[in-house]
Amino acid sequence: MIHIAKRKEMPLPQALAIRLGAIVAALVACGVITAIATGLNPVDVYAAMVKGAFGTPRKVWILLQELAILLCVSLALTPAFRMRFWNLGGEGQILVGGLAAASCMIILGNRLPNALLIPLMFVSSACAGALWALLPALFKARWNTNETLFTLMMNYVATQLVAFFVIVWEVPKGSGNIGIINQSTEAGWLPQVGGYKYLLNILLVAILTVIMHIYLAYSKHGYEISVVGESPNTARYVGIKVEKVIVRTLLLSGAICGFAGLLLVGGTAHTITTTIAGGRGFTAVMVAWLAKFNPITMVASSLLLVFMSCGAGEISTAFGLNHSFGDILTGIILFFIIGCEFFITYRIVFSKKEGERDV
Amino acid sequence: MFDLVSFIPRAVAQGIPLLFGSTGEIITEKSGNLNLGIPGVMYVGAISGVIGSFMYEHSFADPTQMNAVLAVLIPLVCCLLGSLLMGLLYCFLTVTLRANQNVTGLAMTTFGVGFGNFFGGSLIKLTGAEVPSIALSATSRLFRTTLPFADSTGWFGKVFLSFGFLAYLAIIIALVAAFVLNRTRVGLHLRAVGEDPATADAAGIDITRYKYITTCLGCMIAGLGGLYYVMDYANGVWSNDAFGDRGWLAIALVIFTIWHPEVSIPASILFGGLYIIYLYIPTGTNLAVKELYKMLPYVVTIVVLVFSSLRNKRENQPPESLGLPYFREDR
Repeated sequence: MIHIAKRKEMPLPQALAIRLGAIVAALVACGVITAIATGLNPVDVYAAMVKGAFGTPRKVWILLQELAILLCVSLALTPAFRMRFWNLGGEGQILVGGLAAASCMIILGNRLPNALLIPLMFVSSACAGALWALLPALFKARWNTNETLFTLMMNYVATQLVAFFVIVWEVPKGSGNIGIINQSTEAGWLPQVGGYKYLLNILLVAILTVIMHIYLAYSKHGYEISVVGESPNTARYVGIKVEKVIVRTLLLSGAICGFAGLLLVGGTAHTITTTIAGGRGFTAVMVAWLAKFNPITMVASSLLLVFMSCGAGEISTAFGLNHSFGDILTGIILFFIIGCEFFITYRIVFSKKEGERDV
Repeated sequence: MFDLVSFIPRAVAQGIPLLFGSTGEIITEKSGNLNLGIPGVMYVGAISGVIGSFMYEHSFADPTQMNAVLAVLIPLVCCLLGSLLMGLLYCFLTVTLRANQNVTGLAMTTFGVGFGNFFGGSLIKLTGAEVPSIALSATSRLFRTTLPFADSTGWFGKVFLSFGFLAYLAIIIALVAAFVLNRTRVGLHLRAVGEDPATADAAGIDITRYKYITTCLGCMIAGLGGLYYVMDYANGVWSNDAFGDRGWLAIALVIFTIWHPEVSIPASILFGGLYIIYLYIPTGTNLAVKELYKMLPYVVTIVVLVFSSLRNKRENQPPESLGLPYFREDR
C-alpha cells in the first residue's frame, strides 16, 4: 500500500541534493535523446554548449547580459507570484516599456540633452509597463477577473501596438523595421561604464536583485504580499487592504518589466522590434518558480536557462543542427526539475499491510 | 466591395485549428487543469503527423502510388500519438506529481515549439532525403479532398463544402464534446471534478482517472488542429514558426466561449475572420493601421473576460478549481 503524505519541511541541503540529482538525471536523459535523435556523441554536444556559453570573453559578456535581462524580468514577476497573482504578461510589459523608451529616443532624441532624456526614458518606460500590468490588476482586485488569461492577452495587444509603431517609424519606409535609433548622435543610449558595453545593465540588475530581496523579505510591503498570497481571508482579517496590495504590487511588477524593456532598447539593441522581448516574459515565469520566488536563488536558475539558450546557439553552428534543439533540452530539464519538487514537498510511505497506516 | 464568398472559406480555414485547440482546452479545463501547454501540443501534433507522413511518402519513389487510406491514417495516428504523449507528460507532472500547472504548461510550450521547429528544420538532414524542403503535396492533396459538388454548386459549395475532412471532424468533435459535457453522466462527473474535486471525490468519482483521460483527450484533439494547419491550410508545407500564436488564440477562445464547445464553432470562425480581416479592410497605403486590426481577437477576448467576471453569473465562470492541484489530504 502506497501512501503519500506532506513533508513538514525538508532541510535545505537535502532539498538541494534532490534538485541537483534531478538536473543530473535530466542531463543524462538529454544525452540519450540527443544520441537517438541526431546520432551525435552527447558528451561532444555538452562540451560544445559549455564552449558556446563560456568560450571567449565576448561570449561570457553576452551570457552575463542575457542573464541580467532575464533576471530583471524574473525579479519583476516575483512580487506578483508571491501574491499568487499569475502575471503571464511580462512579455507585453517589456514590449510597452521598450516602446516608451524608443518613442522618447525618436521624438525627443535631438531636442533634449542625454542627462534629461535618459531619466525621462526611465520614467516613461516604467510607467508604460506599470500601466500594462495595472489593467489586469484593477479588474482582479475589483471583480476577481482571471489574471492569468487577462495578462496573457495583453501580450498580444502590446505586440500589435509595437508592430503599429514600427511601421509608423520605419526607416527607410517599407523596410518593416526601425533600424538603429539615433545611430549618429547616440541620443538616449545608456552610457557605457568603464568601456564595457553591457556592464551598466549588469550592475543595475545586480542592485535591483538586492533591493528586491530586501523589499520582499524585510519590508512591511513584502510581508503583506506574503500574507495575501497565503490567504486573502487572513489578510482581510488582520486589516490588510487586499485590493490595494494587489494593485500596488502589480504596478511595481509592471514597472520593473518596463524597466527591462528600457535596458533592452536603450542599453543594448538601440532599436525596437515585436520580438525584442524574445519570450523572456514566459521564461521568467519558470525562472522565478524554479527559484521558489527567492531573488537570490533566482540568479542561479536564470543562469541555468541562459546557459541552455547560449549553449544551444553554439550547438546549432557546430553541428549544423537547428537552434531549436536548445529549447528541447531546456524543456526536458524543466520537466525533471518540476517533477522533483514532488519529492521535496511530499514523502511516499510504504505501509506494510493495508489499513496499517502511519500518520 | 467586401467579398463575403471568398472571405468566409478563408475565415473557416483559419478558424478550424482554433476550433480543435479550443475544444481540446475546454474539456481539459473542465477537469480543472489549465493546460498552457496547448500551443506546444499543437506543434508536436503537427510535426508528429509530418514525420509520419514524410517517412511514408519518401518510402515511395513516386508519391502518387501511395495507398490513399494509409497516407491519411499514418499522419493521423502519429499526430494523435504525439499529442497523447504530451498529454500524459502534463498529467503525470500536474496530477500525479502535483506540480504547478502554469509552470508545467509553459515548459511544455517551450519544449513543444522547440520540438516542432527542430524536427521541422532538421528532418531532411536527419533522414538524408534529397529534397529541398518538406512539401508533402501528395498527402496534402488527400487531406484537402473536398466533398463532391463543391465546385458545381456555386457560392453554396464554396461556403459549405469546400473543406477537407478534418474541418468537418472538428465541428463534429465540438458537438460531441458539448453533448457529453452537458447531457451525460460522464460529463456531469467531469464538471464536478473541475468545480470541486473534494466533493466529487467524496461522491466516489475517481479524480485522477477523470483528469488523466480528459487532459489526454484534450491534447489529442488540440494536436489535430496542428495537423490540419500543416496538411490542409499550408498545403503540406512545413515552415518553422508558421503556426505562430494560434495556440494562445485557442486558449483565448476558451474564455470567449465561456467554456462551451458548441459556441466555439461559430466563435472560432469569427476569430479566424478577425485574424485575417485586416486583409479585407481597405486601408489604402496606410499599412500601420492593419497592425492595429490584428489586435482585434485579443481585445475582444479581454472584453469578454471582463464582462463575464462583471456579470458574475454562476454558469459563466471558469471551473472553480481551475489551475489548482488536488491533494486529498490537503483540505
